[in-house]
Amino acid sequence: MAAHSAVLSMSKIINPFWGGLLGNTAKVFGTTVTSHRSKTLLTGENIPPPAKYGGRHTVTLIPGDGIGPELLNHVREVFRFSCVPVDFEVVHVNSALETEVDINNAITAIRRNGVALKGNIETKHTMAPSVKSRNNLLRTSLDLFANVMHCQSLPGVQTRHKNIDIMIIRENTEGEYSSLEHESVSGVVESLKIITRNNSLRIAEYAFRLAREKGRRKVTAVHKANIMKLGDGLFLECCREVASGYPDITFESMIVDNTTMQLVSKPQQFDVMVMPNLYGNIVSNVCAGLVGGPGLVPGANYGRDYAVFETATRNTGKSIANRNIANPTAMLLASCMMLDHLELYDHASSIRNAVLTTMNETRLHTADIGGQGTTLEVVQSIMRFIQSKGQLTSDL
Amino acid sequence: MTTRSLRSLSGALKPLFNGHLSRVYGVSACNQRHKSTYAPPPARYGGRHTVTLIPGDGIGPELANHVRELFRFCCVPVDFEVVNVDSSMASEDDINNAIMAIRRNGVALKGNIETNHNLPPSYKSRNNLLRTTLDLYANVMHCQSLPGVRTRHRNIDIMIIRENTEGEYSSLEHENVPGVVECLKIITKTKSLRIADYAFRTARAKGRRRVTAVHKANIMKLGDGLFLECCKEVACGYPEISFDSMIVDNTSMQLVSRPQQFDVMVMPNLYGNIVSNVCAGLVGGPGLVPGANYGEDYAVFETGTRNTGKSIANRNSANPTAMLLASCLLLDHLRLHAYASMIRRAILSTVTETRLHTADLGGQGSTSDVVQSIMNAIQSTGPQTLSI
Repeated sequence: MAAHSAVLSMSKIINPFWGGLLGNTAKVFGTTVTSHRSKTLLTGENIPPPAKYGGRHTVTLIPGDGIGPELLNHVREVFRFSCVPVDFEVVHVNSALETEVDINNAITAIRRNGVALKGNIETKHTMAPSVKSRNNLLRTSLDLFANVMHCQSLPGVQTRHKNIDIMIIRENTEGEYSSLEHESVSGVVESLKIITRNNSLRIAEYAFRLAREKGRRKVTAVHKANIMKLGDGLFLECCREVASGYPDITFESMIVDNTTMQLVSKPQQFDVMVMPNLYGNIVSNVCAGLVGGPGLVPGANYGRDYAVFETATRNTGKSIANRNIANPTAMLLASCMMLDHLELYDHASSIRNAVLTTMNETRLHTADIGGQGTTLEVVQSIMRFIQSKGQLTSDL
Repeated sequence: MTTRSLRSLSGALKPLFNGHLSRVYGVSACNQRHKSTYAPPPARYGGRHTVTLIPGDGIGPELANHVRELFRFCCVPVDFEVVNVDSSMASEDDINNAIMAIRRNGVALKGNIETNHNLPPSYKSRNNLLRTTLDLYANVMHCQSLPGVRTRHRNIDIMIIRENTEGEYSSLEHENVPGVVECLKIITKTKSLRIADYAFRTARAKGRRRVTAVHKANIMKLGDGLFLECCKEVACGYPEISFDSMIVDNTSMQLVSRPQQFDVMVMPNLYGNIVSNVCAGLVGGPGLVPGANYGEDYAVFETGTRNTGKSIANRNSANPTAMLLASCLLLDHLRLHAYASMIRRAILSTVTETRLHTADLGGQGSTSDVVQSIMNAIQSTGPQTLSI
């Protein structure tokens, strides 16, 4: 850590010297040139250099509650076994405390490292309403505006619907999750749902850019503008505006209740979906249920400068914690997404292939997909598969 | 209008007959409305009820016609007072006329009125206006797997009770700063208590074992927290019914994997909308499930998922089941139980015939075929019918 901060301060001194020459795309950090933060930046913005020194990345790890700690231990095991050049900086967040010190430490750590892998932090209902959801606080402080969830039918998992391939892009910072509520008159509570033009344009732009990159044909905006005319009306307008700049991609819109009904009857009709926060929560959970449950789908939260990876449906899984029955697939696939983000593609694909191959073996399915396997068996099978592929691994 | 003159007569007679339990109205004594506040007398004269009919847009008019055809065929003692609401007009006269008619008659059957997106935001949703003005606070939707319809999930039997007047549908929005819109979601203690009480009462009346409250209190702590608290309070008064709560995202995920675990569900307005549509999709689609909106004094019946069905309008391909089952709920409300069960039996026997399934169920039957078959089924069971 000390070495990191020393080099960081040194790069701050070097920065003005190099800034004019190299522009935004290359920041010299020690002796390695890193280019995975090439973004169009406004001049004068202080973007932290990537936490990579000597070829090894540092990633913040927030275990969270419930099944988080055990699953993240498995992730570390698999990474150590596959010799992935990632070091984890573990930051614990105690959900029982009312102060925000823990979560602020976590946020600082993520600002330092730029990337994080987290379990879900429980929000206790018994605490005072002023204690905000820690996960929400993290997302809004780091401005992780896009939550991306890719729901795909996995071949080894038997579900009622087949051939689902939906990408859900959900606005992650505003909407109904603004945590702004008040009780002006006793017995009458007003919750504010905030929709802003900037954030809506931003998420729509992100959705269309991602659709174009991945070669997707159609983007569906999900809304309830017949009732929330100004709010969701603004969101819809922003999507339409952005859509006009992408003529190769079809744009359509659908009301959220019709969307959920179509999802349970004919989910194959959807391709990419973009929506505000609450609808995103519900629709992503419906899609996760359609492809096999919360144990299978990874999720990613992207901001302009930071990225945090977690399971898509954000469950703490308190009832199955520490019983060795949780499904590690979602967390492991999330760690693969993190490796992709860090541009360690080889490691990402080897772990992903191992996970998907293990998924095909029905006798290894965990309880949530109808089997009787344990978490440990699944993880060991994954490690054995990685070893069999012949890459460099530590001892089992 | 003989009904009106009679009402003024009974108004004159009111001081003579104190107490509100018996209102003499013409010659028939009405004892159906025992309430402590003034309730309008039921629109029943000479044994025939009058019900407001709002055709709406899209498939509404054709389905309403089929309902009328069927009622006339079965000699149901119901007369329909048709009130048309034009969704393209910006003035509120039409919907106010409809509301007046419903106040007069007490009961209504309606199709969905389209909310035109091109009109300015000051133009409120007509359906919403109707529900809030008449204070139809409970939307009840009973989703049951029908035997003749093949779905991915079997044995679903969920009753969804949704708060119908507040929550996200308060239509209160403003743009203080350009580009920033605030929508207000209102949750009140009185309405939450009311809907929770309705849910538990209904669960008890139908012999249900469990009520699940659906909420998002981890994020909307004050709002949904209040709703949840009210449900818990009411649950204490019904010890034989078990009560639990579930967050809405987990609920929707459980619904698509294992819907059989749910019995009765109670929830605020928006979650109710989404969950009821998911359940309708699970049992076979929007053409099969009827919905009812109950208030203190009024009841309005419609299809469960409130679709206008513009794309299939006037093509004889809409599924009339939902609207016809809604009319059976109407007959049950009017205590014409014999007619209600007769029509319901005929509908359910028709739904089992796969060759009569309409396009939304995967078949190729037409609406008129289905209605014809229902009428045949009724005729064959023997009660008095008109000629086809």
